[in-house]
Amino acid sequence: MDSALSRVLFLFFRRMRAPLIVLISAYSISVLGLVAIPGVDDAGNPWHFDFFHAFYFVSFMGSTIGFGEIPYAFTAGQRLWVSFCIFFTVIAWLYAIGRIFSLMQDPAFTRATTEARFIMAVRSISQPFTIVCGYGESGNLLVRAMAQRNLQSVVLDKVQANIDSLLLENLGLDIPGFCCDASVTRHLLEAGLRNPRCRSVVAITDIDDDNVKIAITAKLLRPLIPVIARAGTREAVDNLASFNADHIINAYEAFGEHLAMTQRTPSVHLLHAWLISLPGRTLQLPVTPPVGKWVICGYGRFGSSCARYLEAEGNEVQVIETRAEKAPDGAIVGRGTEAGPLIDAGIRDAVGIIAGTNSDTNTLSAIMTARELNPGVYIAARQDRRADTEIFQAAGIDLIMEPSRIIVWRILPLLNTPLLSRFLRLLRSWGEDDAHELCERVQALCGGVTPETWSFDVDPDSAPAVYAAVDQGGEVRIRDLQRTPTDRETDLPCIPLLLSRGDSNHTLPGPDMALDRGDRLLFTGRAGTRRAMSWTLQNPKALEYVVTGNDLPDGTIWRWLAKRRQRAA
Amino acid sequence: MNLEKVVFGFFILLALTLNFGFVMGDIENPEHHHAYELYAAIIVSLIATVLKFGDRSHMGAVLLATSLVADLQLLMAAFVWAMATHVQGGTDAEIIPSVVSLAGGALLANLASGVLLIIETAALRR
Repeated sequence: MDSALSRVLFLFFRRMRAPLIVLISAYSISVLGLVAIPGVDDAGNPWHFDFFHAFYFVSFMGSTIGFGEIPYAFTAGQRLWVSFCIFFTVIAWLYAIGRIFSLMQDPAFTRATTEARFIMAVRSISQPFTIVCGYGESGNLLVRAMAQRNLQSVVLDKVQANIDSLLLENLGLDIPGFCCDASVTRHLLEAGLRNPRCRSVVAITDIDDDNVKIAITAKLLRPLIPVIARAGTREAVDNLASFNADHIINAYEAFGEHLAMTQRTPSVHLLHAWLISLPGRTLQLPVTPPVGKWVICGYGRFGSSCARYLEAEGNEVQVIETRAEKAPDGAIVGRGTEAGPLIDAGIRDAVGIIAGTNSDTNTLSAIMTARELNPGVYIAARQDRRADTEIFQAAGIDLIMEPSRIIVWRILPLLNTPLLSRFLRLLRSWGEDDAHELCERVQALCGGVTPETWSFDVDPDSAPAVYAAVDQGGEVRIRDLQRTPTDRETDLPCIPLLLSRGDSNHTLPGPDMALDRGDRLLFTGRAGTRRAMSWTLQNPKALEYVVTGNDLPDGTIWRWLAKRRQRAA
Repeated sequence: MNLEKVVFGFFILLALTLNFGFVMGDIENPEHHHAYELYAAIIVSLIATVLKFGDRSHMGAVLLATSLVADLQLLMAAFVWAMATHVQGGTDAEIIPSVVSLAGGALLANLASGVLLIIETAALRR
């Protein structure tokens, strides 16, 4: 990739050849003329410029500085030559400078410099980073969420306007972005695919083929780093799965799944929102769409996914679709934005409507019409563009589903806390009762704001004190970790969510469970609890105190004194 | 025939011949080494350097390197000469051996340039 840097240099020199030769010729001819033409010194003796003084004179003449006729006043012959030289050298300079300016504005040159600058920016990143390919709605949301959690990313996108918006956005982190086709291997390499600090690759462009190509490239060049790819169709999912893409996100499936979740297990949906969000935000309230007859406007990939999941939950579904060839059996063919088809679909006795077209304008229009026909209807709408958030909120919609947000929900824990992503996968198979109980516990613990969720491994790096204790045959239970390191009688406001040991996962592990080397734990708790717990994890003295209640004395003398006192007792 | 190649070869060879012409003669005799010839050698050598800019081949890179060496040596020779006669007020006879030996170094670099040019031409199977 030095090639991109040297290409800039070579391009510059190649284009500067002619102007440089003109400059050298202008100077050499001027100097030569001055040396050759005879002059007269102040005493009237014949005198010649030597090369040194001629070069000096031409240097200040050519740059139009002009110190006058030195060292002696010129003869008429010399003046004649100099007046010719002035124009010659000035024109040569103008030509050279003009060429430099036009070169700066040359599209090929500017592109080469931007590319070189991007490579330099990626190379200077000092923390682990993720390559995000595609900076549309989801990409933007993902990069922003990552920046809020202090996770570095590098962005590639095909559209210059998207990259411009990245550069204008104030994300707190310096995120390099480059406009290019991310499915081209060279660009992925420039974005740091081979860089040892590159931690993962996320392919969330709008085009499935590009995502597949990016995932293949990343898997072949860096087999060990995780690749997360978004897929819109079944074929793309199968294609990605065939070469072991680590995580495949099907936005439309995930959307339908969450919609069904809000009906059957609203608490599971709620826990997703809580555990992923930044700590200290207001808790989202539960949403409970009614079960019954639903009208779905638009039977694209979204509508069909919603219809399938709703039917699986025991709802009656009536579809309205504009294109007759796309409409399923029994569907009304027509526009969902008009009253006629809505009435035909039975909006008056429906419990809810899903407006899921890929145009926010049509979605809003369908909602307004439906509400006029049936004021009590439950409205779920798909919001496609984040810029429309305000009008969607003003429209009084009961359930707003943003596909890009759901994609980020799936991707973010994978990058941030992989254990959370595993927990959420297990959580999705829970029943409502269990999930609701956990919801209540989290709510009671955190007092109306979102919890902090963190994970650690029992290894010498992230929990040295616990690892050392367990390694020496000691017993550390989960309950011990939940004690406050300054006062073991009070508990830290946290809940152990998952203990992962080898291939087995224990959700909500009991307080008496003893830890082992290599265990991975996931906790959620009130914001700030993580810091208190890390004290116990790292400091052997704090760990000894929470486990046994003994306050170990520090330093040789105190230890000696303690031993003496023990012996005396 | 390629005009660009003619101009290129012309400047490289001219830089070599002018350099040789300046160096030739008794090293301690200023009569044998004229300032005009050094001047011409410098100018031609600079132009030859610029002509080698922007060639991304390996041969181009080596040619550019030899040319830069020649430029450096010749400019040093001119600088030493100007310094000795104008700043320190010495005579040509005192300084000319240094000037010629510096230019002699440049001659070697130019010779390498010439040899590379001949090798490249010989390797061209057309």
